[in-house]
Amino acid sequence: MIPYSFDYKVADSLEEAFSLLSEAGENGALLAGGHTLIPAMKLRLSEPDTVIDISKISDLNQITKDGDILVVGALTNHATVARSGDVMTYCRSLGEAAGVIGDPQVRNKGTIGGNIAHADPASDYPGVLLSLNATVVAKSDSGSRSIAIDDFFTALFETALTEGEIITEIQIPVLGEGTGSAYIKFPNPASRYAVVGVGVVITLTDGKCTACRIGITGAADHAFRASVTEEVLLGSDLSTDDIEAACQHAAEGQELLSDLAASANYRVHLCSVMVKRAINIAVERAIG
Amino acid sequence: MKHSISMTVNGKEYSGEVEPRVLLVHFIRDHLGLTGTHIGCDTTQCGACTILMDGAAIKSCTVFAVQAEGAQITTIEGMASNGELHPLQEGFHEEHGLQCGFCTPGMIMTSVELLNQNPNPTEAEIRHGLEGNYCRCTGYHNIVKAVQYAASKQA
Repeated sequence: MIPYSFDYKVADSLEEAFSLLSEAGENGALLAGGHTLIPAMKLRLSEPDTVIDISKISDLNQITKDGDILVVGALTNHATVARSGDVMTYCRSLGEAAGVIGDPQVRNKGTIGGNIAHADPASDYPGVLLSLNATVVAKSDSGSRSIAIDDFFTALFETALTEGEIITEIQIPVLGEGTGSAYIKFPNPASRYAVVGVGVVITLTDGKCTACRIGITGAADHAFRASVTEEVLLGSDLSTDDIEAACQHAAEGQELLSDLAASANYRVHLCSVMVKRAINIAVERAIG
Repeated sequence: MKHSISMTVNGKEYSGEVEPRVLLVHFIRDHLGLTGTHIGCDTTQCGACTILMDGAAIKSCTVFAVQAEGAQITTIEGMASNGELHPLQEGFHEEHGLQCGFCTPGMIMTSVELLNQNPNPTEAEIRHGLEGNYCRCTGYHNIVKAVQYAASKQA
């Protein structure tokens, strides 16, 4: 049992969720899969007076393709993303990341919207979504706005969301011809969270790298792009030497975390090794 | 404030009045008296409290009972039918898949969904599929054999 009492309300629509959220004020919390909120409430890290269950808003629980954009509803759970044929076909690394979150039972409950709203520094989705150039759509009773993923994760457990906003969907550009993606992680041996997790999307045109995005999670207080590595790779032939040289810059300009699992120095090393491995997989897939 | 909830558990309708802070595992154990579902860690890690909710294996220590309103729940008590053990229960018996038995209900409920998704898993797929269930006695070897036993029996 959770150690304190609170109110529980069910929102059957987004509009109802907005009004319940505004009634509850700053002591309201949204419940989707509950796999972040409930553990936090057990520890009293989170003590909302009102829990608003949005899990039954079915419009937010679907994966659709809209032209060149794959739209993943915020309430889609990790197991559904990992098993989705559309995700596998159009944004493979997203499914790869979803399939290594937590364990099967956690993947059956946890949702993509809840995951990124929480912005855990060691979570898998932030790294892969940065590499996939995703857009987060958030709505409130005053309208809708699109947030580029590059602007979304701002600090430890902090995002660009403002009070009263609810993530409704994540939009991901479909990967085109000659583009490969990959997500891999070095998991904490006990918790399976990413000590370092790396998402890579890379495009090859006539043997040269013409586009590249690399997202790293787990290493710093929030996920970041390996910008220097991306710059070094752009225009290169992606030879073994090119990749080796570029990977040395994977954590450049970042202040990395130090904890029981890994020192900051070790994380710098892991970043370069994991980025190299992920690039090699993505390049192989780009070549097809 | 208490909420009225009703759900189907092992094919039977149950209803009750609960505060929102009651976890599903406590509702199942304390209100319904179905104590086969165990509480191990209470932190979403060990998997002892795993049940099926609308066909999906979930950790019932990390769901409020009120969230299960209208759900179809299966617990370990719903596995045997007409006095016959379920193939997974039989597998754990035949392959000596348990020592203290505390983790076994959760292992079995997770394995139900595992075999529904993948009726003929490899050893590696079984080990990966049971990643969210801890056993502190067996070293997992006979648990894997128990799941293989059930897979071949159900084939």
